[in-house]
Amino acid sequence: MWEALVEPFADFGFMRRALVGCLAISLGATPVGVFLMLRRMSLTGDAMAHAILPGAAVGYLIAGLSLGAMTIGGLIAGMAVALLAGFVTRVTALREDASLAAFYLISLASGVLIVSTRGSNVDLMHVLFGTVLALDNAALILLGAIASLSLFTLAVLFRPLVLESADPQFLRSVSGLSAMAHLTLLILVVLNLVGGFQALGTLMAVGIMILPAAAARFWTVSIGALIAVATAIAMLSSVSGLLLSYHFSLPSGPAIILVAGLAYTLSLIVGPVSGLAARALWDRVPVPLPERGGSLGSRE
Amino acid sequence: MTYALQFQDLTLGYDRYPAVYRLRGEIAEGSLTAIVGPNGAGKSTMLKGVIGTLRPLEGRIAFGGIARSEIAYLPQQSDVDRSFPITVADLVGMGLWREIGGFAGLRAVHRTRVAEAIAAVGLEGFERRPIGSLSGGQIQRALFARLLLQDARLVLLDEPFTAVDARTMADLIGVVRHWHGEGRTVLAVLHDFDTVRAHFPRTLMLARELVAHGPTTQVLTDANQFRARQMCEACAGPPHTCGRSAA
Repeated sequence: MWEALVEPFADFGFMRRALVGCLAISLGATPVGVFLMLRRMSLTGDAMAHAILPGAAVGYLIAGLSLGAMTIGGLIAGMAVALLAGFVTRVTALREDASLAAFYLISLASGVLIVSTRGSNVDLMHVLFGTVLALDNAALILLGAIASLSLFTLAVLFRPLVLESADPQFLRSVSGLSAMAHLTLLILVVLNLVGGFQALGTLMAVGIMILPAAAARFWTVSIGALIAVATAIAMLSSVSGLLLSYHFSLPSGPAIILVAGLAYTLSLIVGPVSGLAARALWDRVPVPLPERGGSLGSRE
Repeated sequence: MTYALQFQDLTLGYDRYPAVYRLRGEIAEGSLTAIVGPNGAGKSTMLKGVIGTLRPLEGRIAFGGIARSEIAYLPQQSDVDRSFPITVADLVGMGLWREIGGFAGLRAVHRTRVAEAIAAVGLEGFERRPIGSLSGGQIQRALFARLLLQDARLVLLDEPFTAVDARTMADLIGVVRHWHGEGRTVLAVLHDFDTVRAHFPRTLMLARELVAHGPTTQVLTDANQFRARQMCEACAGPPHTCGRSAA
């Protein structure tokens, strides 16, 4: 057992690098995913993952598997889509989901076109599914920096983000931070996806952002605990996915995301907060008396 | 008496279509005023203009010594996401935003004030409850508690007693009257004329244009109500397309 769990990391440098990279992504991306989920923007993460594709692809075609070129390209494309979608939402009648969908689809089609006309299918696979087992020092430093920046930004902007998520109308009435909080969250999404695609690929990076957050919703009801549980699930998924990938010769990105998917499915079934089993159990338990008397104490 | 608000030929609207047209008048500081009028009369639009979420198409609103940061607003349909994982104390504590801002921590004195505000609206014992477990009336009580903490000089309420039971309404009217007693200016959009007559000394009747403004007994007359209905029905389009001049 010890050999199966520890030796791959103890014996192989590439496994240690992959582990550090995935843990950094888990720390940075998952709390961002919790906020996306709570704001009912889970699919925004997916849209942004597609949106960064052409930038990463252009960077890849210009400079090969260059961290800097792909990162800068991905950042430019992601930020352009986020800002354009935000601009269109504010100045026209189109809602954000529609404007974001429009721009990410244009972006995705451009990315696929660029890669398929100028590169090979192997190139496309690199960009789409990442190379977690080939992370170099520069990639690890980038992932660590993005995770640190994400956590620091979330800590500083925690209250405006919570308020922007729970009652945006109120935040707009007391402060001018509403648009800034929203935009900052989108920037963090782009940053983490750009970092994540080095390891997991553009399409898989969003999985480590959203699946642990969705799974955590079945275990706890406070925001702090949600972030802690989601991060723990993401880290466990990373370790388990890498081990499965090593022992069964599976591609590591999909292995990690599928373990996170398994965690989500298990949480959905056995999670104490409105999980399927808990719901079935509640149906058999008599409704408890109100905490206090009078009409106020009971649900009206 | 100084004014809290002065409407100077104020026109507000959406996509260039006026919803409130050339409104003139003053709201006295410390007054308790009901805003009444038929559906579509521009009552909520007027409050959005005051809070600043809607820019005037024409004219302006002058604030008599009240800063924008001293205005509290309870919208008609609160945007509160009831599924968001926060407690009643968290929701009410948001009212301290102007005091502690977006970044400072909540001190013991703040927590005490949150507990006092929750108790003042009759929600004692509900502090740790998730907001998703509250009924509509209880949420409205919590939002009033948040308004209490905002400690605003001008309080704007948009249909605050809709969909609450009689007991909750009586309690919340008590809070409003308490604000009036403290010298705060309160503007409340209401539909129930009995409530207006019983508790609101002044009334502003709106039908996209000003119908009447003054003591409630002089404004809530049958003639004014008939005129307000006529003005709204006769003018489904922009006032300038209705073939009559502004009042």
